[in-house]
Amino acid sequence: MLLISAVLSLAFAVFKGEGEELTAAILSASENAVTLTFTLLGAMAFWGGVMRVAEKSGLIKKIGKLFRPLLKKLFKGIDENGEAFSAIVMNISANLMGLGNAATPLGIKAMKALSAEENARGTATGNMIMLVVLNTASLQLLPTTVATLRLSYGSKAPLDVLPSILFSAACALAAGVTLTLILNSLRGRKGEKE
Amino acid sequence: MKLTAYIIPVVVAAVFVYGCYKKVDIFEEFLAGAAENIKVSFDILPALIILMTCIAMLNTSGAVAFMTNVFAPAVKALGFPPQCLPLTLLRPLSGSGALAVYEDIIANYHPDSFAGRVASVIMGSTETTFYTVAVYYGAAKVKNIRHTLICAVAADITGFVVSCTAVRLFMS
Repeated sequence: MLLISAVLSLAFAVFKGEGEELTAAILSASENAVTLTFTLLGAMAFWGGVMRVAEKSGLIKKIGKLFRPLLKKLFKGIDENGEAFSAIVMNISANLMGLGNAATPLGIKAMKALSAEENARGTATGNMIMLVVLNTASLQLLPTTVATLRLSYGSKAPLDVLPSILFSAACALAAGVTLTLILNSLRGRKGEKE
Repeated sequence: MKLTAYIIPVVVAAVFVYGCYKKVDIFEEFLAGAAENIKVSFDILPALIILMTCIAMLNTSGAVAFMTNVFAPAVKALGFPPQCLPLTLLRPLSGSGALAVYEDIIANYHPDSFAGRVASVIMGSTETTFYTVAVYYGAAKVKNIRHTLICAVAADITGFVVSCTAVRLFMS
């Protein structure tokens, strides 16, 4: 990607005779990256702190319990008391709270446990696909990064986009989950029908 | 009264009150969580520097504008803001890349403009699909991913299309 953008940009700049602008862009971009990091640093730290309190107080686990029945419907034939399912529940609730750093290790643990439980042998099972699809959808209930950046660029109401975000995320999630359920049953949970 | 204005104060208060009730050392845990995220912010800075340089180069050289112009008539017909096209292309591939493009959009067009709002909704309602697939299946040593990508990308595309519709429906 780096190579393509460098060559492509040079070609365009030469064609349009905008070498000066391109030079300035390259020289100032790193500074912009540092500025962006600092713009978000305070909010990142703050929410890291808040969510750590939520995690330690057991709030995340509690939220996970609410979603257990729903998750049971999505993961067919899973051992409800197994290591995989409990890791999935924790992974999903960490995602809901926007704890990306905590969610990924839990998700990986869930994936490994699922792979062992379902004897996957290098082929994704229906439940493994479901886990990945849930994690590639945005489950975060409170988009703190988006809100922080909107505020710093002068939005009057940084969170007025929240209803649209939740609606759009719910539709995307529903589309992904529905398609996964359909393809899982059409093509078999272990790919035996392919 | 805007209900969304109270969400953050309520969430913060609720978490702290519940933490107190469960006898968590709120101050210490807050500091640990904050420190962890500060580290993460600096960990992604090198990637952000190279990605933002790429994006700045592609933007100022006119390459992005050229590509956007090619696709603009088609997406305009769908009512999608063409300024958000680069974001939809980068969003599934790279989290920090998408963040850089998003910042660019709300800096150039106001965050409360149509394009700024659609970009915000896209950022909030989709995820870095390909990276997640690679990390999860890499950990479980999965080689045959079957219909994973079709399903995940279907979710992303739904998110992009609905983002624009939702802004139109809820915010006009």
